[in-house]
Amino acid sequence: MAQFGFENDIHSILKLDMPITNAPMARWQRKVSSSNTLALNGLSPGKSANVSQSSSKTPSKTPGKNKKPTPSRIGGDRFIPVRNSKQMDVASFLLSKENEPMDMNNTENQKAWSICLNGYNIEDAKILHLGGKPLNAPEGYQNNLKVLYSQATTPASVKKTRYISSTPDRILDAPELRNDFYLNLLDWSSQNVLAVALLNSVYLWDATQGDIVLLMKMEREEDYICSLAWTKEGSYLAVGTSDCKVQLLHLTQRHIATLCICLAQHGISLPSGSRSGQIHHHDVRVADHHICTLTGHSQEVCGLRWSPDGRYLASGGNDNLVHVWPRVQEGGAGSQSVHCWNEHQGAVKALAWCSWQPNILASGGGTSDRRIRIWNVNSGSCISSLDTQSQISSMVFAPNYKELVSGHGYAHNNVVIWKYPSLTKVVELNGHEDRVLNLTLSPDCSTVATVAGDETIRLWKSFEVDPVKKKAKERLVKSTNSVIHQSIR
Amino acid sequence: FMKMTCTAKGITLKGSAELVAEFFSFGINSILYQRGIYPPETFTRVTHYDMSLQLTTDPKLKNYLTNVVSQLKEWLFECTVQKLVLVITCLETNEVLERWQFDIECDKSAKESSAPREKSIKTIQDEIRSVIRQVTATVTFLPLLETPCAFDLLVYTDKDLVVPEKWEESGPQIINQSEEVRLRSFTTSIHKVNSMVAYKRIDSV
Repeated sequence: MAQFGFENDIHSILKLDMPITNAPMARWQRKVSSSNTLALNGLSPGKSANVSQSSSKTPSKTPGKNKKPTPSRIGGDRFIPVRNSKQMDVASFLLSKENEPMDMNNTENQKAWSICLNGYNIEDAKILHLGGKPLNAPEGYQNNLKVLYSQATTPASVKKTRYISSTPDRILDAPELRNDFYLNLLDWSSQNVLAVALLNSVYLWDATQGDIVLLMKMEREEDYICSLAWTKEGSYLAVGTSDCKVQLLHLTQRHIATLCICLAQHGISLPSGSRSGQIHHHDVRVADHHICTLTGHSQEVCGLRWSPDGRYLASGGNDNLVHVWPRVQEGGAGSQSVHCWNEHQGAVKALAWCSWQPNILASGGGTSDRRIRIWNVNSGSCISSLDTQSQISSMVFAPNYKELVSGHGYAHNNVVIWKYPSLTKVVELNGHEDRVLNLTLSPDCSTVATVAGDETIRLWKSFEVDPVKKKAKERLVKSTNSVIHQSIR
Repeated sequence: FMKMTCTAKGITLKGSAELVAEFFSFGINSILYQRGIYPPETFTRVTHYDMSLQLTTDPKLKNYLTNVVSQLKEWLFECTVQKLVLVITCLETNEVLERWQFDIECDKSAKESSAPREKSIKTIQDEIRSVIRQVTATVTFLPLLETPCAFDLLVYTDKDLVVPEKWEESGPQIINQSEEVRLRSFTTSIHKVNSMVAYKRIDSV
């Protein structure tokens, strides 16, 4: 037992939170004992402590109030609070207790809190920094590590150029094809039928079935077909012949008109360009079909194209001019061209309207010009021009990859695909052994057909769409179509 | 720079202070470069510790670092410095995003006159190199600093130290909810430097 007692003594000495026996009394202990003595002195707890103090230190009564008693005692008009019921000594004890120094346990606690909250003990160290604001990089600097790490897809893979076969998908024979730059002998209908004029016959090649049909043959040996064009729906084929007639064919139906070497159709109005430089508008619905004549070209009209929205008719002539005509109004004779551009230095046969930007027209010049020019029909300005180094015989916009295709005669006799609008060369399609006369796009826009003086028609499958993308696009088109229909109603 | 340390075989207090100060100079430059606080084109490549290091050429930053490091060297010599902390804050919100803490343990028994300690500079520099290598390697796990950032250097000193002119007292700039990674340490046998990086936990951002 004795050694336990000793151990307890050691503990009590080492434990700093125990009261130290021989030390002077702590203030709170003194306070408690003094208040105890006060209590023992006969003051009831109800009696306030400062009353007892006032008896010894401060005068109990103010001098002025010596003679008269306070009115409260006789029920006067003032309220004098009665302090007797307040436990003033308890309150004073509680107040003074707060000023007592913390015991050791508490300081330990505080230190731990300080380290935990501040990461260091405020008592042990101070934190200094060089005055002024924290430094930062010059304004406008963006952390370039972001570029390094947060790129999800590299732009290179997105813009990856597709594979374009350098050989044609198919070659069709076109015997006795008339090798004449001014003729338009090839057109592909929306019903996927390719029409080609071979000397005095028109042949139809059904691209879906692969069947070949002889549609018509001119009776006289010396006559030949100058031009042919499908209507938008692909149900009628207009054929211009050297005997100054335009025939509108629907199997056996025929209309007869004047001499024509190029044709273009949109809706009811069938314009025909002539050797004389005049463009005749025909209303294909009625027997008295001739609506009006547009006079602007001084030489033969070799290129004629409706804009996709049908607002304008573009014509190119052997006089190096490009005219843009407004749509013919009912009975509007002698209408004037909206634009007349004379920048080309050669015959303008190649004309193409942009299918996704209806105000954009591309025109290509002949051997002495060799330039592609892109026009804004709304403003009438030439947006860009490019020297192709070759006679341009025909052009078409390919919407699948937003490209422009041009067919060339002298010197290269090839087909070139250009990126629109940058006009950078995507690919050259070589293979024709003579000048390319015409080219036309298939209805699904995946294939371009070219006919050349080497009596072949070549089909180039250059614009095939990734099937996944195609599906997404079709869905998009469907949804936008429905929106348009709704808004029209 | 290395003259004083090289005259003796071992390392003196002065030499140790210089070595540690030099480490901080290169270390801070490395962090500012690696974390993209300053544009990379404002840094120039130097070879030190047998490795390629980036030093800033930005005149304002260069001046600031020279001031801090020369003062730090003095405190290292007096053994009155406890920590050096590089705090990276978001310029816009002033939120602390990253905190590089270097705890410095000074052997206060080392005096200017005392005999050099037996540790070759080569060994110390090898240790320093591995610390800086680790600093470079942290880029792989530290979260990307997506906003423009500012940085500040805090020096924890002894309580009784007289605050020099232009220096001010500061708060500790603790990160709210942080992830901590301890890096290697090195010692000159007089000064021991423990390195640590704390960064804001991503899920709490």
